[in-house]
Amino acid sequence: MFPLTVENKHVAQLLLSTGTCPRCIFRFCGVDFHAPYKLPYEELLNELQKFLETEKDELVSEVPNPPPKKIRLQELEDGIDGMDNLSQNGEGKVSIIEDGSIASKNSNLNVCNVCLGILQDFCEKEFIKKVCQKVEASGFEFTNLVLSISFPPQLSVREHAAWLLVKQEMGKQSLSLGRNDTVQLKEAYKWITHPLFSEELGVPIDGKSLFEVSVVFAHPETVEDCHFLRAICPDCFKPAKNKQSVFTRMAVMKALNKIKEEDFRKQFPCPPNSPKAVCSVVEIECAHGAVFVAGRYNKYSRNLPQTPWIIDGERKLDSSVEELISDHLLTVFKADSFNFSSSGREDVDVRTLGNGRPFAIELVNPHRVHFTSQEIKELQQKINNSSNKIQVRDLQLVTREAIGHMKEGEEEKTKTYSALIWTNKAIQRKDIEFLDDIKDLKIDQKTPLRVLHRRPLAVRTRIIHSMETHYVDEHHFRLSLKTQAGTYIKEFVHGDFGRTKPNICSLMDVTADILELDVESVDVDWPPALDD
Amino acid sequence: MANEPETPVAASAAEPAVPSLVDRYFTRWYKADVKGKPCEEHCILQHSNRICVITLAGSHPVLQSGKAIKSISYQISTNCSGLQNKVSGKFKWGAQILTELAPLCKIYCSDGEEYTISSCVRGQLMEVNENILHKPSILQEKPSTEGYIAVVLPKFEESKSITEGLLTQKQYEEVMVKCINATTATS
Repeated sequence: MFPLTVENKHVAQLLLSTGTCPRCIFRFCGVDFHAPYKLPYEELLNELQKFLETEKDELVSEVPNPPPKKIRLQELEDGIDGMDNLSQNGEGKVSIIEDGSIASKNSNLNVCNVCLGILQDFCEKEFIKKVCQKVEASGFEFTNLVLSISFPPQLSVREHAAWLLVKQEMGKQSLSLGRNDTVQLKEAYKWITHPLFSEELGVPIDGKSLFEVSVVFAHPETVEDCHFLRAICPDCFKPAKNKQSVFTRMAVMKALNKIKEEDFRKQFPCPPNSPKAVCSVVEIECAHGAVFVAGRYNKYSRNLPQTPWIIDGERKLDSSVEELISDHLLTVFKADSFNFSSSGREDVDVRTLGNGRPFAIELVNPHRVHFTSQEIKELQQKINNSSNKIQVRDLQLVTREAIGHMKEGEEEKTKTYSALIWTNKAIQRKDIEFLDDIKDLKIDQKTPLRVLHRRPLAVRTRIIHSMETHYVDEHHFRLSLKTQAGTYIKEFVHGDFGRTKPNICSLMDVTADILELDVESVDVDWPPALDD
Repeated sequence: MANEPETPVAASAAEPAVPSLVDRYFTRWYKADVKGKPCEEHCILQHSNRICVITLAGSHPVLQSGKAIKSISYQISTNCSGLQNKVSGKFKWGAQILTELAPLCKIYCSDGEEYTISSCVRGQLMEVNENILHKPSILQEKPSTEGYIAVVLPKFEESKSITEGLLTQKQYEEVMVKCINATTATS
C-alpha cells in the first residue's frame, strides 16, 4: 500500500517539484515503516507521481512564478515567508506548480537535492555488491557485522533546509512539524540496505558486532555549503589537533541547533539547490575490534627484558618477553599490532619461575578470531617450542573486562623471591640464621635511584613477611623472601646508598650485594589455570 | 624446557663475581679544583637513567687520614638549606634548581678547616643525605655509597652535556699522578 495520505500531498508535491527524491519525501512525511523504502526506485517514483496526479482535480493550478497573482496572495497572507514560491489559498487548498509532474519527472531523474544520491544510487544492489566485494576481499573472519556509514557534514545543512521548508508548508495547513517527526537519513538508509548487506554476505547485521564495515561518503561539489555557519556560530568550529577540517558533522549539527531560522534562510536556499553529481565514496574499510589473550609466562633468561628496551632510539637487547609471545599471536590472529600488559614486571636480569606471571595481550584488528581450545593449545606449544628463554602456560582467550582481575592483584598480593647475596665479610651459617627468625619486618624505602627519574620521590613502608636463608659459602648465601607486593628487593639487599632502611647490609653489618634474583611466585589467581 | 646455564658463582671470593653496585649502574665523573681550590675533588656518579649522586672523590682532603669531621651543614645561607628542599610528583615540582657552582653543604673539620661541596652539575635537587648529619663518619667510611652528599636530577636534554666539563675516571687518574709528581717535585 502506498504510504502517503492526502495530508502529505502538499508536502510531497512541493518536495518532488523542487528536486527531492521519493524516499526523502517519505522521510519528511514521517513514513516510519520500512517496506515502502525498499521498493525499487523507479516503481516508487511512478507510484508517487500517480498518487499526486489522481486527485489533481482537487488542487488548484497556479502559475508559480512570477505572476502578479502570487504577489497579491502573499500580501493577503500575513506572516508567510516571501522566499517561498508557493502559497496557501483561502479554502485550505494548496497551489502547485503548473506542469509540476513533468518538472518533477525531470528533476527526479536527477540527483536528490536533500540526500545527494544516498537514498538513490547508493541503495541499489549494484552498490551494495561493490561494498560486499571489498569486504570479502579484506580477508576478515566474521560471523556478523556492524555497518558504519558516514555522510558528508553538509548533508545536515540540506536536511535542515528541507525540514524548514516542510515545516513552513505544513504550517500553512495548521500542522506542526517537530524535529523528530521526520525519519533520519541514516535510519532510512539502514532500513533499505541492511537486509541487502545481510543477504549478500550471508551474516546478520548486529550493532554489537566487533567486525565493522565503514563506508565514508563525500560530496566535493557542496563542501562549501556549511561554511556560512562558521561566521554565525564561530564557537562551534574550533580547530582541534587531530581534525582535518573544523566542519565535522557534530560541529555542523551543533551550529544548526543554535542558528535562528531567519538567519539560516538568509544564508541558505530553502529548498536546497539541485546538485550536479551524487556523493562519492571515499572509503570502504573493514576493521575488527580487538580480542584478548591471557596466560602466564616464565622467564628463564637474565638478558631478556619484559618489553623492548630502547634508549635514545637504540635497542639494547634484540628480544623481549612480549615479542617472544606476541609475534606468534600476531601471525596466527593476523592482527595489525598488539598491546602487552602483565601483573607487575621484572627487571631484565631477573628470572620469573614457579607458575609464572599473569599477562594479557590485546590483539588489534585481528583478521582471524575463532579458535578451538585445541588450536590455542597448539599455539601455546608453538610459542614454547620457539624459545628456551620463556615458557607460557594457561593460554586462553579472555574478555576485555576480565583483564581487570590481573591488575587488581598487582598491589595487594604477596610475592616470593629468591636472591643470591654476596657479602664483603666472610660469613658462617650462624651469621645469617637470625634472618630466619625475623617476621613481618617493616622497611622504609625511598624511591630507588634507578627509577627516581620517572617516579615521584617518596618514602614507602613495605613489609618483609618472612625470610629463609641458605648458606652457600663464606661470601655467599641464598635468601628466600616473602614480601608485600611493591617491595624493591634489590634495594632491600644493597640498601640503595642507605636509602632503604633497614636493609641486609645494616641488619648484618656488612656490605652486601645482590648477584641474582628470581621471582618464585606471583600470587594472582587470574587467568584460571588450565589442564595440560 | 631448557634453562639458561646460570652464571657460576666464583668460589668464596671477597670480591663479588660481578662489578660493584656503583660500577654496574653508574659512570664516575670528577671535578678537580672546584672553584680553584686544589685537591678538593668531587666525584659525580651518574646513573644510566641520568640521575647524579654527588660524592667526595677519594682525594678530597676530608677523606685523608687524620681528618675528623666536626659537623656538616646543608644551611648554605640564611635562607637556603637543602633540608628544606621539597619535591612532589613525577615531575619533581618545587625542587631547588642548582647551577654547577651551587654550594650544597659545608663540612667543618676539627682542625678548623672548612670545605664547601658544590653541585658540579646543573639540575634539580632531589634530596640531601640526612644520614651524614647524624653520623658524619659515614661520609668517611663509605664516601661513594651511603656517605653521598646529594642527589641531583639533570634535565633530560642536558643529561649528556652536564658532564662535558668533568673528568673521566682515566683523566682523573692522570691528574692525580701529575698532582702527586708535582707535590713530590716541589717538596
